[in-house]
Amino acid sequence: MKKFLALVQRDLILVYRSANDAWVVLFFFVIAVTLFPLGIGPDPGVLQQLSGGIIWICALLSAMLSLDGVFQSDFDDGSLDQMILTSYPLELLVLGKCFVHWLTTGFPILLISPVLATMLNMNLDSYSTLLITMLLGTPTISLMGGVGAALVLGSRRSGVLISLIILPLIIPILIFSVAAINASGEGVEISSAVKLLGALLIISSVFCPWATAATLRHLTN
Amino acid sequence: MHKFANPGQFTKLSTRVLPWTSSFAAVCFLFGLYFGIFDSPADYQQGETVRIMYVHVPAAWMSLLTYSLMAAASASFLIWKHSLADIAARSLAPIGAAFTAITLITGALWGQPMWGTWWVWDARLTSVLVLFFLYLGYMALVNAFDDPEKGSKAAAVLALIGFVNVPIIKFSVDWWNTLHQPASLSRLDAPAIDISMLTPLLFMALAFKLLLISILIIKMRTILIEKRIEAKQLLKSG
Repeated sequence: MKKFLALVQRDLILVYRSANDAWVVLFFFVIAVTLFPLGIGPDPGVLQQLSGGIIWICALLSAMLSLDGVFQSDFDDGSLDQMILTSYPLELLVLGKCFVHWLTTGFPILLISPVLATMLNMNLDSYSTLLITMLLGTPTISLMGGVGAALVLGSRRSGVLISLIILPLIIPILIFSVAAINASGEGVEISSAVKLLGALLIISSVFCPWATAATLRHLTN
Repeated sequence: MHKFANPGQFTKLSTRVLPWTSSFAAVCFLFGLYFGIFDSPADYQQGETVRIMYVHVPAAWMSLLTYSLMAAASASFLIWKHSLADIAARSLAPIGAAFTAITLITGALWGQPMWGTWWVWDARLTSVLVLFFLYLGYMALVNAFDDPEKGSKAAAVLALIGFVNVPIIKFSVDWWNTLHQPASLSRLDAPAIDISMLTPLLFMALAFKLLLISILIIKMRTILIEKRIEAKQLLKSG
């Protein structure tokens, strides 16, 4: 546990030293959401209907923007090889890295999403569900994205590539989240979609670190 | 199986097998198309458009079968490090993508007169579209590395992860209430399709499978020959 926290602390310091990278992702999220009312027209009724989908699509795209960096710097300077060589289980190291990724991209997006929901005239009953789906969905993206980040390590144009291979796999998160938000607008408090999101988070927190670690070992030997 | 995992053995065997599979594929296509176009009744509801099914359904089966084969080849590549398994997986990806594209296109052509729309976002159609994206993602990843060995490994892992989509496609029509009709052949009781329509369908299914084997052999042999040319050029220049 101490080593786990040490890794998380190290990675957080690294993100803090280059805070610009984290801000850029958040800024992209805000700009992308802003484009929608300008593109489809400012009609409050239409925006209310689309608000959940818009916020979630932009959250997915922002996550893609930052995912390829999860292992990249450690891979470039060789510290990833050292981490693989240590006796500490690689799965837990991966879990720590995904946690830091979520804390620095998914969590800020979660925090700012109610503000954007207001600008999109989201139904007042949906705010809590939006936050719950964000809380369950964005960590799942970080975990699944970790697998993708490991897969594209050392490839050409890894940033675009990771979107191509991960977006098809995280479509269920989008579907369930938007379904839950829309259901809450019709008065359903906690729908089955929210439970499925929770299930996805639990499954991927077990399976994804393992798959990521296996990929890292395969690709860097 | 491991005995035939040797490229030399494979080349020898495939030289003998290829003429048979390709000619049988041609014969089955002739039979299937004849029965499908001339010697089967029009459907009482769908009319003549039912004949699209004789291409659409076998292509859909092949899109799933090809992905399953690709995942199996990827798994055996990761486990036993057989380079031939890697070549098989690499060769299967564009073939499977082509079958999936045929499925989507023929489905749209059938859907326009029958459902009144080219496309609906129901579970079956969406999951097949995701399958198409998975094939494209595999092809993008396998060629994205300067070191081809790395590309093979990364793409093999991706193929295995994407395999979760295959059962979702297969059972999407049973799990969700979709516009796409449920399976009429693979049921516990007798298939819900008349023998006059089943005959061309089975001929076409067999033809598609033989076509897959033939293209796969041709593609794998091409890659093997390319590798040999590359090795010889390296020898020469070095």
